[in-house]
Amino acid sequence: MSDIDTFVKQPAEWLRASGPESDVVVSSRLRLARNLKGYPFLSKLNAEQREEIVGRMGEIVPKGRIFERTYYFRYSGLTDLDRQFLLERHLVSREHAAAKEEKAVAITSNEVVSIMILEEDHLRLQSFQSGFNLMEAWRIANQIDSEIEKNIEFSFSEELGYFTACPTNVGTGLRASCMLHLPSLVLTKQVHKVLQALAKLNLAARGLYGEGTQATGNFFQFSNQMTLGQSEEEIIENLASVIRQVIEHEREARNYLREKRKPKFEDQIWRALGILKSARVIPSSEATQLLSLVQLGILMELLDSGLTKTDLNALFLLIQPAHLQKIMEKTLNAAERDICRADLIREHLAKISL
Amino acid sequence: MTCNLCGTQEATIHLTEIVDSQMIEIHLCENCAQEKGTDFKTHFNFTELLAGLPEAAGKSSKSQTEKKWTGQCAQCGMTYGEFSKSGRLGCENCYDAFSKMLLPLIKRIQRSIRHVGKRPLKSGGASSHNDLRLLQDRLRKSVQAEEFETAARLRDEIKQFEEKMKKGRKSKNE
Ligand SMILES: [Zn+2]
Ligand SMILES: [Zn+2]
Repeated sequence: MSDIDTFVKQPAEWLRASGPESDVVVSSRLRLARNLKGYPFLSKLNAEQREEIVGRMGEIVPKGRIFERTYYFRYSGLTDLDRQFLLERHLVSREHAAAKEEKAVAITSNEVVSIMILEEDHLRLQSFQSGFNLMEAWRIANQIDSEIEKNIEFSFSEELGYFTACPTNVGTGLRASCMLHLPSLVLTKQVHKVLQALAKLNLAARGLYGEGTQATGNFFQFSNQMTLGQSEEEIIENLASVIRQVIEHEREARNYLREKRKPKFEDQIWRALGILKSARVIPSSEATQLLSLVQLGILMELLDSGLTKTDLNALFLLIQPAHLQKIMEKTLNAAERDICRADLIREHLAKISL
Repeated sequence: MTCNLCGTQEATIHLTEIVDSQMIEIHLCENCAQEKGTDFKTHFNFTELLAGLPEAAGKSSKSQTEKKWTGQCAQCGMTYGEFSKSGRLGCENCYDAFSKMLLPLIKRIQRSIRHVGKRPLKSGGASSHNDLRLLQDRLRKSVQAEEFETAARLRDEIKQFEEKMKKGRKSKNE
């Protein structure tokens, strides 16, 4: 069993379904972009320099005293499935996972911190928190950043701050984001209004989850766009204040559904559960969409069961392609995955009766 | 708002990117976003995207000076043309080499060209004084604009900040 497989058994930090406002905000993530002084940015690195950076970081990271237990994975030692698995857990980005050249990622054993080596910038440091907790995510990322900095000099200027390969990240190099579960805003067809308003505030939002052409499951990621001219705390507070409003909108929509559209709403939730409990073949987009409704039913206490929102959150991850294959310990094609997924869901939902 | 690409679906993804050294806003539906790019924001190939984008094309019309400008970074060899295409710089010196073009661009994206956030310890550490000054500045402005809710929040933040700094000094002296 490789080190990566130890992650299969544990719930991802950001899916613990605990923390502030976790009925709406699934998780908070904070990312810092950093480049090493004395090297060109990624596109101009030669093979030797790439190897040097991967090697140096491999020495620095495990030494730091705050990285109590940290795995350092070189991509040459990982299978494609391993990378896909890390991607599904948000520990690496899609671009990073798809790379052909040597790269690496450092991950703390509790999965709270991951550091991608040789992403668009030399280092992309991420920290994760369950629920609405950007400040804590910043505190952790800040601490780790300072720790790394003791051993290495970052590319920085007083005027422009931390230099990044893309000028949209220069300054703080910070991207804060929250994943929100907004099923009621989707059901009441208000979600587009909310997303449009965000664009004007220089924030970005997009759907999450889903394979192929459909992003479903009513999950949306909100993040800041500006990185310069504001302090880290200000950037986070600006984003947080908008997210607070979105949370309120979602809760209002939940009340509306409960009070004004009860029969129809309950019908949708029970039907979703009915399909999940009986399906023998199910693609991940459909499963995610239906699980989102069941999750809403649990949150609003319409479904009385031994199942918690934490169980449900874990399930969103377990039904992803690489996770299914890790659990089954074999390679599965898409058709086989759809069958395994249906089995796994029925097993997990056995506690709820129709 | 409809999707810039297919023109039929409702746009749910709103992005700001640099294409040909212009800041551009792009609005996409989920389907088109998935088709054109894989992950969030930076992973879109915007140059390719714009080729099939009649609506946004007008916004990216370059001025004559920008078209002709042929700067090159002496350190890493990147040309301004290369950067215009990829949107990614070659090294930190590029910021300096391309500053004539880049600074106005950064100003458009970021609305400021002055870093006020964290500083490396080697440069003197977190710039808390800088932050405090900034907060006080914003407090003054919000009072003038009669945005009292914001002002109240800022006042609390400043108080917290000062307390934190006091504590910090104390623990250093201990
Ligand atoms: Zn479209
Ligand atoms: Zn350069």
